[in-house]
This record gives sequence, C-alpha cells and structure tokens, in this order.
Amino acid sequence: MKPIFFRHYVCLMAIGLLLLPGLVLSDENLSQDTLTAAMSKLNAAYMTERSAAIEQLAAAQEPRAIVILQALLEGHLFNLIAENKLVIGAEIEAGYKLSDAKNGQDLGIVAREATQKINLNNALRVSLRKTLGRLELNASEVKVRIHAVQAIAKDIDPEGLVLLHAQLSTEKDRSVQDEIKLVLGLEQLNSTDKPQRLAALALLKDHASPAVVNRLNALQEKDATGQFVETDADVRNSAKTALININSKLRVYAAIETVFFGLSLGAVLVLAAIGLAITFGVMGVINMAHGELMMLGAYTTYVMQQLLPDYLGLALLLSIPAAFMISALVGILIERGIIRFLYGRPLETLLATFGVSLVLQQTVRSIFSPLNRSVASPEWMSGAWQINDFLALTWNRFYILVFCLLVFTLLLQILKRTRLGLEVRAVAQNRNMAKAMGIPTARVDALTFGLGSGIAGVAGVALSQITNVGPNLGQAYIVDSFMVVVFGGVGNLWGTLLAGFSLGIANKLLEPLAGAVLAKILVLVFIILFIQKRPRGLFPQKGRAVEG
Amino acid sequence: MNKLTVMFRNTLVAGFMSALTCFSGSVNAEGETIKVGVLHSLSGTMAISETTLKDTMLMLIDEQNKKGGLLGKKLEAVVVDPASNWPLFAEKTRELISKDKVAAIFGCWTSVSRKSVLPVIEELNGLLFYPVQYEGEESSKNVFYTGAAPNQQAIPAVDYLMNDLKTKRWVLAGTDYVYPRTTNKILEAYLLSKGVAKKDIMINYTPFGHSDWQSIVADIKKFGSAGKKTAVVSTINGDANIPFYKELGNQGVSAEQIPVIAFSVGEEELSGMDTKPLVGHLAAWNYFMSVDSTKNATFIKQWQEYIKNPKRVTNDPMEAHYIGFNMWVKAVEKTGSTDPAKVQAAIIGIEFPNLTGGMAKMLPNHHISKPVLIGEIQDNGQFLTVWQTNKVVDGDAWSDFLPESKAIIADWTAPINCGNYNTKTKKCAGQNYK
Repeated sequence: MKPIFFRHYVCLMAIGLLLLPGLVLSDENLSQDTLTAAMSKLNAAYMTERSAAIEQLAAAQEPRAIVILQALLEGHLFNLIAENKLVIGAEIEAGYKLSDAKNGQDLGIVAREATQKINLNNALRVSLRKTLGRLELNASEVKVRIHAVQAIAKDIDPEGLVLLHAQLSTEKDRSVQDEIKLVLGLEQLNSTDKPQRLAALALLKDHASPAVVNRLNALQEKDATGQFVETDADVRNSAKTALININSKLRVYAAIETVFFGLSLGAVLVLAAIGLAITFGVMGVINMAHGELMMLGAYTTYVMQQLLPDYLGLALLLSIPAAFMISALVGILIERGIIRFLYGRPLETLLATFGVSLVLQQTVRSIFSPLNRSVASPEWMSGAWQINDFLALTWNRFYILVFCLLVFTLLLQILKRTRLGLEVRAVAQNRNMAKAMGIPTARVDALTFGLGSGIAGVAGVALSQITNVGPNLGQAYIVDSFMVVVFGGVGNLWGTLLAGFSLGIANKLLEPLAGAVLAKILVLVFIILFIQKRPRGLFPQKGRAVEG
Repeated sequence: MNKLTVMFRNTLVAGFMSALTCFSGSVNAEGETIKVGVLHSLSGTMAISETTLKDTMLMLIDEQNKKGGLLGKKLEAVVVDPASNWPLFAEKTRELISKDKVAAIFGCWTSVSRKSVLPVIEELNGLLFYPVQYEGEESSKNVFYTGAAPNQQAIPAVDYLMNDLKTKRWVLAGTDYVYPRTTNKILEAYLLSKGVAKKDIMINYTPFGHSDWQSIVADIKKFGSAGKKTAVVSTINGDANIPFYKELGNQGVSAEQIPVIAFSVGEEELSGMDTKPLVGHLAAWNYFMSVDSTKNATFIKQWQEYIKNPKRVTNDPMEAHYIGFNMWVKAVEKTGSTDPAKVQAAIIGIEFPNLTGGMAKMLPNHHISKPVLIGEIQDNGQFLTVWQTNKVVDGDAWSDFLPESKAIIADWTAPINCGNYNTKTKKCAGQNYK
C-alpha cells in the first residue's frame, strides 16, 4: 500500500508544480524539478497520467527529456521497484544494465524481476512519436531531422505546419528542405490560390509517396451526381498527368514485388524439397519423415538460441552445421535401422517412414511440449530493405533466397566434384554395376540418405525464421516438397530448382487474382494436368496409388 | 492432397491411440466414483491448444476431490484422445457416454469437432461443456457454450475499433473454415448496418497453416495506405498467426498504423512467438492472465503449481472450463444427482464468479454472461487491457445481424424449450442446424 500513497503524494506535488508555470520556466533548478515531477508521473498506474507526463517532459526544454522519451518509446524505460525510481535498462544476459533516467548515472546490473517496465498503449505511442519528432527537429544530425519531418508529416496538424514553416526558414541542409517542401506542398494543394496549387503539383509529381498518390487520386474523384469534386480543370488535368506518370512507375514496382515474392516462396519450396530430391530423386526412397527431419533442424535452432541467448545471429549461423549434423545422424539411423531392409519395396518404405515421422513428432512433443517454441530473428534479419516509398523487400526472405541458392550450389558441387558424389551417381545409375566396380553400395546408401536428411535439417533452420517451430512443422511442407520434386523431374537437381521457383511465382501471380485458397488449388490442378501430359520421370504409379 | 495426408495420418494416430485408451479405460479406481469425460486432442494438429485444457480439467477435478469430491463421491477423469480427427470426436463421445458412463464431458476446440459430436451427444442425451469462442448460430439442449458468442467478442472488438480508434476501412482476414466464415459474415452485415461502404471492407481467406503471407500483407498495406484509418480483424487460426505477424513486422506495418485485432491469439499462442514485432496489436477476449484480481492470482498460482512450471501462462478457454466445471458442480449439488436431464434443468440460472470480476450466469440459451476485454500485446507476451465492458454481456446464440437468424432465439426453459425458436412464426425448428 505504501508505494501507492507515496505515488499519489508525488503526483499531487507534480500538479502543484504545474500550477506555477512561470517559476518553472524561469529557474534552472525548477526545470530540473519539472523533470523529476514528470518522471514520477510517468511511473503512475494510469495511461492518462502517463500522457500528461509526456507532454510535460516535452515542454521541459531539457536535453535529458529526449533521452527519457526515446527510451520510453523503445521500451527501455523501467521502474526500479525497490527504490521506486525511473531507470533506463539495457538488456544483457544477467538481467538489465541500468542507468539513472534523470542523469544517466550508471546503476549497475539488476535481475529482470527487480524492474517493472513502463507500459505504453498505441495512442500514447503515436503521440510520443509526434512529440519526439518535434523535439528532434532541432537535432544537429541531418538524418535525425529528416526522420523528425517524416514523423510530423505522418499525422499533420496546424501546429506541425507552423513548426515546419519555421524550420524551413532556418534550415540550411538541402535534403531536409526538400523533405519539408514536400510536406508543405501537399498542404498547399488545399489553398485557394491557383498558381500556388499548380506549383505544388509540379513539385509533387516528382516525389511519389503514398500520401501524394492519395491526394492526387482525391483530385480525380467524382461526387454522387457525377460531377468532379475538384472544380478547377487545370489543376485536375495537371494532377492527372502526374498520376499517369506515377502509376506507370507503380506498375513496374508491383511487378518487381510479385517476382520477389514468388522467388522467395520458391526458395522455401526448393529448400524443403532439395533434400528430398536426393533421397527420393536419386535413391528412390519415399521418405515420409522428411518433414520431421526439417522439424529437427528447426528445433536445433531453438536449442542453439537457448544456449546462446545474447548472440542471436551467431546462434543462427552455428545452427546450420549443428542442424545438418543432427538431421544427418537421425537420417543415417533411419536408413541403417529401417530403410535398408526395404529397398525395392516402396510401399513398405512409405508406411515405415510414415511411422517414423509419427514417432519423431511425438518424441518432440514429449521433450519440448506440444506448444510452439519461440525462435527469435536476429536484428539483421528483421525489417525490410526500403528501396523507395512503394518498394520494400523483406530481409528475412532475401537472406533465405540467397541461402537457398548457396545450399543448391554447394550440393551440386558435392555431387559433381567429390568422390562421394561420383559414387552416389554411380549407384543411382546402376547399382549392380557399381557394386561390381568395388563401390561399397551399403555405405554409399547410408551417406546419401544422411546427406539428403542433413540438407532437410538445414532447411529447418531457414524455416524457423519464417514459420512456427512446433511438432507439426514438417507436416506442412512434406506434400509441397514431393510436389516440387515430382514436378521438376525425379533425379534432377536443376529440375527441382526450376520447379520450386516456377511454382512459387505461379502461386504469387495467381494469389491476388484468385485468393490464397484458390491459387493453391489451381497450382495443384495444373500439376495434375502436367503429369497427365508428361508422366515420364514424374511420381511413379505406385506412389500415386497410395496417395490417392 | 494436403488434407488427405493429414487425414491419413490422423487415422493412423487415432488407431494407435485408441488401442492405448482401451487399456487405460479398464483400470478403475476402487469404490464408486463420478466419471467426468475429458475430450481433448492430445496428438495431431490441435494438440497444441487442447493439451492445456486437458491439464486444466485434471487440475479442476483434482481440486474438487481435495474439497471432498461431489455428493460424497470422488470424481474420476476419463481422458480420451480424439487425435485432432473430427469423426473420431463423435466415436469417442459415444464411447465416453455408453461405455464409461460419464456424467458430463468437457471438450472440443474447433467448431467442426463440436459439430461432429453434436448428433451423438443429442442421441445419447449427454452433457458437453464447450470452452472456446465460436461463431454462434447454434444452441443444443445437450451443449453448454462457456466460450464467447460473436456478440461477446467480435462485435465489441469492432465497436472498439470504430469508436475509439476511429477505423474507417476494414480488413476481415481469416482461415478458410466455418468459424471465420460465419464470424466475418456477421461482422460484414454489422459494418454495413453501421454505414461502412462495401469498398471499404476487404475480406480475405487463407488455407489452414498458411505460411507465406507476403502478398496478402502487401495487399493489406496497400489497402491501408488510402488515407483512411485501417484495421485488420483477424480470425486467423492459431498456427498461421506467427508467420502472419512476422510478415507484418518485417514489412513495417506497425500497430500504430494498421492495428490487428485477433480473436484466436491468446497468452498461450504468444508464449510460442517472438513478441517484439507484435507489440501494440490487439486481441479481444473475456479473460486476460494480466487482469489484477485476487481470484485470478489464486487461479494462476494453482495452475503453475499443478503443472510444475512457474512460467506457464493461463488463457481464456481455461477460464471457460473453470467456470463451466464449477457451474456443473453447483448444478449437481443443487439437484443432488448427476443425471444429465436433471442437471440440464438445474444449471440454468446458476451463477459463478468470473476470474476477472463480475458474475457469470448460465442463461436459458445455454450460453453464459461474460465481460469483454480488449488488450494490447506487450513484449512480455501478456496483454495490457485498454478497454473493457462495464458489465457482463449476455451471450447471444443467434446473431441479430444476420437476416436469417434475426428472429431466432434459443430458450431451454418452459414453455419454449427450443434451441431454434422463431419468434415471428412461433415455431420451433427442432435440432435442425444448417
């Protein structure tokens, strides 16, 4: 109970201080007091008080206020429970490394439980961003100022306009000036002076942004009676030419985006299928546990991250060889323990590996619980590569695309240039002949299966970055993997690559037109028709009979 | 093809598991006990959500036994595993009622599993307590719906977005099955009735377990950049949510620009996600673990001790089971018998306190009254309540916003005694569900 009383008491004091604005602004010491008062208010339980505190901090004219607000927005501002004091915390392994919010003094390290985060809701976050934007307009770095202008422009109001006008008259840097002019240009379109509006249009037509496009579109709108809302024909036409210009650019961006989406979906498909292309394509083993080998790879990533919680990126990179080893080992065990007794009996292999997949799933369920595990993405894999206002490519997809091509190249080289690759190809082409030449076929079988399984594990690492890590992870991909291998032609790695990418792109082209559900069906129908036309080298008859 | 394999798998799992349960079923405790059926998937795709509810039921039964059981007898849980296989839910129900003679069944998660249990439970006149939020348009004599009906979750959520966040454009995104389809139909009718133009509503369905959200998120982004405040109402099913939120985060769609309000994302789902990109997105439920009340704190402590994991979370369907179980206990005590027919009559009007404050009451339409809470996701995987109803909301079985169910009510008390009664024609359509 005591801290609450204390809190109320401090709040009362804060309100009392607010009532003396003249004094607060005139005296250096009192300005410090506003800071203290606002800070204790920030610590209060109610969002309304927090909102008032933010405004107070913003008005305090203190450089420290910006630091505090920034920390608040990023979620680094905490209440140190024992001392009821605001602190800024940086996350480290042992807990938080604290510094005093008021003066930046180092306060050492405390456990996570000793602090309580200062929460925000969306409304507060929006207003905080705006407030910070205004404060940062005076920053010395150009980048920060541009960011500030953009933050203000997001939710423009008269107050913001006045600020931007003032800034424009004192601003020295060209890029910041341009940024401000763009925001003001949008505003000028609303004026009544025709030349000014046309000038604004001329400026805007070279600076395509969603806001500009919306504004230009609005100028083309008709009201309910079919009359143009915008009465000035010159302005309308000028806006129209600008729009045509922008729209043609937008179409190009949209096409690039679709191709990228398709390629990245394709990359996931290829990664999932490429291990199968080895075990199924080269060896002819229908391995229904392929998906579960990917799942093991994903869980390896999870375990790796638990072991190295502070080095997410490193953990992810280390997971790649670790996942390869674990999945390859399990793969070899499956091959030695079960599959080798079933060569030449695809139906039994299918059922046996299917049983293995269930065993693996339930094992994971027993060890890690049936709940999904959370695998975090390292900083460099989150967010997007913002090429311009309309085109952004997400980093995680981009890396997975690159990773997929790397794995593919590596695998191709292994098969082409190493002794193992030579032996694998020899056994695949003619087992008896290879045996006669002195190739230990049993060992080659085990290693080949291990290689395919290891690649599945590596694919699991990639999947952990885009989807759930749970016992059902493999199920979602097994059918797609077979589809890609069959479509590409069994036994052909290039075919798998091509099939994955073309299915990905086809899917993404159809999705906006037909919806995700129908797009998937259409792709499947296409594959069925394709198999009818070209059954050779595709899914063998026996396999399909089981599936159907 | 996908579905086929899943079904194929499920049947195999099911066969295996039912062989197991055959053994466990025959081991009976000495003396006379009251048997309670627990019908939740412990394997297959739904195990992720349903296993927790099985544990919750075991905890509640354990707790009741510590208090001396019921009517002087011990309670005994009969746990079966329908293995996420919808037809198996019906078979297991039959087994529980005919063979094990359970007094009541607590179970099901997906609507399709409930629909599959429905004919069996009605034929054998059993009792089912269904703890998950669902699409409504149903009221069975034998089922008690302790989760939220659309008017206890979806409609208040939309009201919040419309009034408090001033949302003008709407994306209704869902997984392609009965719950999202019906909920979105109700929501669309509701939005249109509130004067939202058809072009300001975008409806999108995706397959189960959809993992490639790139183009859909890009579409939502485009739809939301038209200068009007846009929000996404998500009925996306559990597993597909993680890639969805990840994609939102990566494409830079923040909760401040385009908030997503979800009806299927709770504390348990969040515990398996990297919550950083989700902060600020919303969820509508009738219970949050973060609600500060003595009852809730006791419940959480009890749960974490029972499951021996101090970090384990609680969620809304768990509370629904907690309320449903205690209501059943009260009804049995009131009538002095576990006979389903007597309990059905006795349970209507029974009250039991919610964990979040207020009283839950079993209504004549077999739904309960609940408070509605809207929370923003925090980075610790908990919700910060940003809005809540000032009193409990009565569950409405038949939506008032769909023209075909507007005149229909459910009332299981005399003289109507019907789950599907047309107030205009004064006729009962019987147990005739579409």
